[in-house]
Amino acid sequence: MEPIQSATGALSASPVISATGLTKRYGALHVLRGVDLDAHEGEVISILGASGSGKSTFLRCLNLLEVPSGGTLNVLGEDVRFRMKGAERQIADARQVNRLRSQVGMVFQNFCLWSHRTVLQNVMEGPVHVQGRNRHEVREEAEKALDRVGLLNRADYYPSQLSGGQQQRVAIARAIVMRPRVLLFDEPTSALDPELVGEVLKVMQDLAAEGRTMLIVTHEMAFARDVSSRVVFLEKGTVRVQGTPQDLFKGGMDERFDRFVSHFSRQG
Amino acid sequence: MDWPFLFATAKTLLTGVPLTLRLAATSLCAGFALAVGIAALAGSRFAPARWLAALYVMLFQGTPLLVQIFIVYYGFGQIDFLRASFAWPFLQQAYWCAILALSLNTSAYGAEIIRGAVAAVPPREIEAARAMGMSGLLLRRRIIWPQALQYGLANYGNEAILLLKATSLASVITLMDVTGLAYRLVSKTYRSEEIFTVAGLIYLALTFVIATGVHLLERRLTPCRRV
Repeated sequence: MEPIQSATGALSASPVISATGLTKRYGALHVLRGVDLDAHEGEVISILGASGSGKSTFLRCLNLLEVPSGGTLNVLGEDVRFRMKGAERQIADARQVNRLRSQVGMVFQNFCLWSHRTVLQNVMEGPVHVQGRNRHEVREEAEKALDRVGLLNRADYYPSQLSGGQQQRVAIARAIVMRPRVLLFDEPTSALDPELVGEVLKVMQDLAAEGRTMLIVTHEMAFARDVSSRVVFLEKGTVRVQGTPQDLFKGGMDERFDRFVSHFSRQG
Repeated sequence: MDWPFLFATAKTLLTGVPLTLRLAATSLCAGFALAVGIAALAGSRFAPARWLAALYVMLFQGTPLLVQIFIVYYGFGQIDFLRASFAWPFLQQAYWCAILALSLNTSAYGAEIIRGAVAAVPPREIEAARAMGMSGLLLRRRIIWPQALQYGLANYGNEAILLLKATSLASVITLMDVTGLAYRLVSKTYRSEEIFTVAGLIYLALTFVIATGVHLLERRLTPCRRV
């Protein structure tokens, strides 16, 4: 595969995340059948696919919420170490995984804010307790992040007092105060009421414009087309086709992808 | 109604309140410590540890507390190695026998409450913490235990109330708690209706205080559910 030009215009030497031949199976069920993907600095990659195509599983493998059954995974220049226990592959070095996870931000479909902590506490939790940074500095940065997602005035609210869109924006603020090298989004707008989708996509678009490296599993075709630098289409656990959104959405590159897109625009 | 007699009875029975409270408080603390251990076994990855915890809970939940008190008080004295052990000076005293039986009994129920409370913490919130690089003690201290405390507090408050009332059984092994004093007074005066009513009112007052305390604590600890 030829190197992909990043959004900032520079060709980065080594990918931020590199997966080679990644497989995942649950018993007899093969969810991933060998996925290759390199994500370079500054790329915004939309991962599309029908449900069951393995796109969420793939994303979750990248920060080891799922342990890939086979293949190699390199995150931030480190090969993730595995060991075999019987027929199952396990994480070999939990500290390595924790270290990598603290530099890979994750935003979930269901926000997953900690319900017993306020908005501000949610955002400060990681930097203070995982990264051990100074509480006062973190507080300033957390307030800046909340301001950025438009929720500084909700800093002392609890998650249950916020709308879904607001919760998801807090979750994004929680991810970025960790100063991650890459952000993973797992269907960040799929659990939202239609009128709340826009506010979350707006924040994500801002982050993309900053030159952040992002991998986004999504069903938002317009977002994938207009914001991402690369689109990856998964089908049955493999990469069916990938390319720039311009090339792919023009049509005619892959019949299955075209049908997938037209299906969504019909619904849309 | 014989008010002077009722007041005299109340005055006598109230002298048993410190013992009742000591039995309840000591057993609650010791029982909680045990319960944490049992709950940890119950949540272990090691299957025999889980079986052991299940057996323990089954034994203490499946037999009457009174029988457990009798086994400790009458039964342990017949076991030679216990009589020879360091524990014997304690087990000779009805007070410590009652504490032991009450603690073991409440710990079985407590372990179930703790297990349920930890299981009630939303797995997604735990996953979000893991995705950020938390694990082990940090994950438990910051995310799991604070939430489990919120979920389990009301149930544990209930258990504390049950335990306070259960201390009355200690009177059958000679302890002069509120119930013990009431029983002695009845055997002197034969005015069982009035005396046990006064005893009941004293327990009612104590449980009311505990229930209110737990409720206040709950309000303090769960601001997120007070929207």
